[in-house]
Amino acid sequence: MLDLQWLLIAIPLASGALLLVWGKESDRFGHLIGTAASAASFVLGVVLFVTLMGEGADDRSHAVSLFTWIDAGTFHVEMSFVYDQLSALFVLLITGVGTLIHVYSIGYMAHDERRRRFFAFLNLFVAAMLTLVLAGDYLVLFLGWEGVGLASYLLIGFWQHKPSAAAAAKKAFVVNRVGDIGMALAIMLMFAQFGTSAIAAVNAAAPGATDTVTTSLGLLLLLGACGKSAQVPLQSWLLDAMEGPTPVSALIHAATMVTAGVYLVVRSNAIFDASEVARTAVIIVGLVTLLAGAWIGCAKDDIKKALAGSTMSQIGYMMLAAGLGPAGYAFAVFHLITHGFFKANMFLGAGSVMHGMDDDVDMRHYGGLRTMMPVTFATFGLGYLAIIGVPPFAGFWSKDKIIEAAFGQNLWVGLGALLGAGVTAFYMTRLMIMTFLSEKRWREDVHPHESPRVMTWPLIGLAALSAVGGVLLLGDWIVEWLEPVVGHAEHHELAVPAIVLTLIITAVVAVGVVAAVAFYRREPIAGETPADDSVSLFARAGRHELYGNELNDALVVRPTTHLTRLLVWFDGKGIDGFVTGTADRLGDTSQLLRKPQTGYVRSYALMMFAGVAIVVLCLLAVTLA
Amino acid sequence: MSEYITLSMILFTIGAVGVLVRRNAIIVFMCVELMLNATNLAFVSFSRQHGNLDGQLAAFFVMVVAAAEVVIGLAIIISIYRTRRTTSVDDASLLKS
Repeated sequence: MLDLQWLLIAIPLASGALLLVWGKESDRFGHLIGTAASAASFVLGVVLFVTLMGEGADDRSHAVSLFTWIDAGTFHVEMSFVYDQLSALFVLLITGVGTLIHVYSIGYMAHDERRRRFFAFLNLFVAAMLTLVLAGDYLVLFLGWEGVGLASYLLIGFWQHKPSAAAAAKKAFVVNRVGDIGMALAIMLMFAQFGTSAIAAVNAAAPGATDTVTTSLGLLLLLGACGKSAQVPLQSWLLDAMEGPTPVSALIHAATMVTAGVYLVVRSNAIFDASEVARTAVIIVGLVTLLAGAWIGCAKDDIKKALAGSTMSQIGYMMLAAGLGPAGYAFAVFHLITHGFFKANMFLGAGSVMHGMDDDVDMRHYGGLRTMMPVTFATFGLGYLAIIGVPPFAGFWSKDKIIEAAFGQNLWVGLGALLGAGVTAFYMTRLMIMTFLSEKRWREDVHPHESPRVMTWPLIGLAALSAVGGVLLLGDWIVEWLEPVVGHAEHHELAVPAIVLTLIITAVVAVGVVAAVAFYRREPIAGETPADDSVSLFARAGRHELYGNELNDALVVRPTTHLTRLLVWFDGKGIDGFVTGTADRLGDTSQLLRKPQTGYVRSYALMMFAGVAIVVLCLLAVTLA
Repeated sequence: MSEYITLSMILFTIGAVGVLVRRNAIIVFMCVELMLNATNLAFVSFSRQHGNLDGQLAAFFVMVVAAAEVVIGLAIIISIYRTRRTTSVDDASLLKS
């Protein structure tokens, strides 16, 4: 049964290919095929999961090799897949949330004439993402890694008639390439050091490798993870990626693809366990990103960009947890799953709001939508409660555990994570107030309305999961479930009891909520974004995404442009100049030689005489001398 | 003996100058003949001076070749005249762009 795992990938892949090659007549039912493929994968995923649970705890890792992919000398790569506790959870998340988003897209993309193609790309994404999480070899993982990058590129730029969308797609692709260099180098290094890139073999060999090797491997993998998961310093593409259709933002840029970096770190746990430096780097990246994302989320008026900032921040939490080693891996995955639920829920909710507001994304034009969109409000509200960490909703359990683990590592890391929780509460409350509460600030010709049922049912499903996702932690289930994959963690006793810490976290969250309410209920919200010079430095920096784009521009883009110009100049003046210069000189010489060719017989005769005279004179000179 | 050689040189020079300065193809042709005959004269003179027949033999060769050359040369001149209505050598410069 478990050998059927390849079908999980094959179904959406076949469906995606079918939708791309089938002609126009499939426009009427193409979206149904796409959704059915994703649902079929989900059903199979559930069946496999149940089967896996029936196995003994020690043999829940099922490897299967389809064929030999590359066999050149000592370089040998199998097209192998591994279905174990970790990938099983990911399969359920990807296909489950994916299917709900497919359903939602039927309604959201109903008026788009390229809907069939959209579903083909979504299927392609699901197939690639499943390849990524099921891969039994880093090279196969890389295949999925690039596949999701491609799907992300195609879907961000889906409305390619908008120049901003096309540019955002290109930006995402290019920034991801930077991370991919890290991935590629890591795989090469694995091969050079261990002679294989099979995940199990590398994980087995890592503890015995030297510090230099594990540290460089860890840092290279982290670079790859930063690109894919929009972590500082490769974070700049995620906010622009919101140009894509909202279901894409929900599926790819919130719930699944951007968490691939976290998956990579957890999957490569043996490498990170062996290198203290790499682990510290992961913690720093996670901490910086979680604060930077939260900061950006506070300042954006574009509802999708505010949520994207929040996504960055939450993935920062996961990274941070993953950097804590065995103590954090399970919690990283746990937060990843609950985040997949509530963030997909909120993105789809935002899409539902945009659907009713004529695709306006500016929260300054919303307000008072709770009565017009009761279902969206209720589901979004559950997602809100989950993300800020109100007990007993999903986010409370996962975030609480991460902060607790962070305090176990280091006081300052714990404080940073705690601060992030407060800021999260602040910006999410701000978003709620500006969108659903407060007075209405709609444009005149906008008539907000609840979305059709095909869109609200997925919202309800995801909201329910956001509410009860915490059950995964019941009796430390997820920790024990993942233990064979990520290793056992010794339990650190904190200086204060866990319950006190939980109370402190909840208090900080409450402070964030109260601050936002005080700030945004004090006076009516302006209908337009205030000018840059009328807001605080703090808000201004957040609005400009902490000047990340400007930094990239100054550090990378402009020097590269100058270098390119220099090269173009050198090519034009130097190399081309040499070649054309030689040709020109030859031409000039020819012109000179052409002069005597007058066409007059007499002048030719004269030259002949002159020549003969010279020859004769020379002969005479030689003879007489 | 040197008188013959001097005459030969004068004749050759006249012929050469004629070839270089005249435009009428017939005249140029005649000048070429003049140069050939000046050479023949020189050959014969040297032959006499050295007392062997090599020079005279060469003169005969020159005459034979000259006869052939005259036939071809005149044929070219006549065909140019037929097509272009001129015997000026300067007009036959069509190969120059």
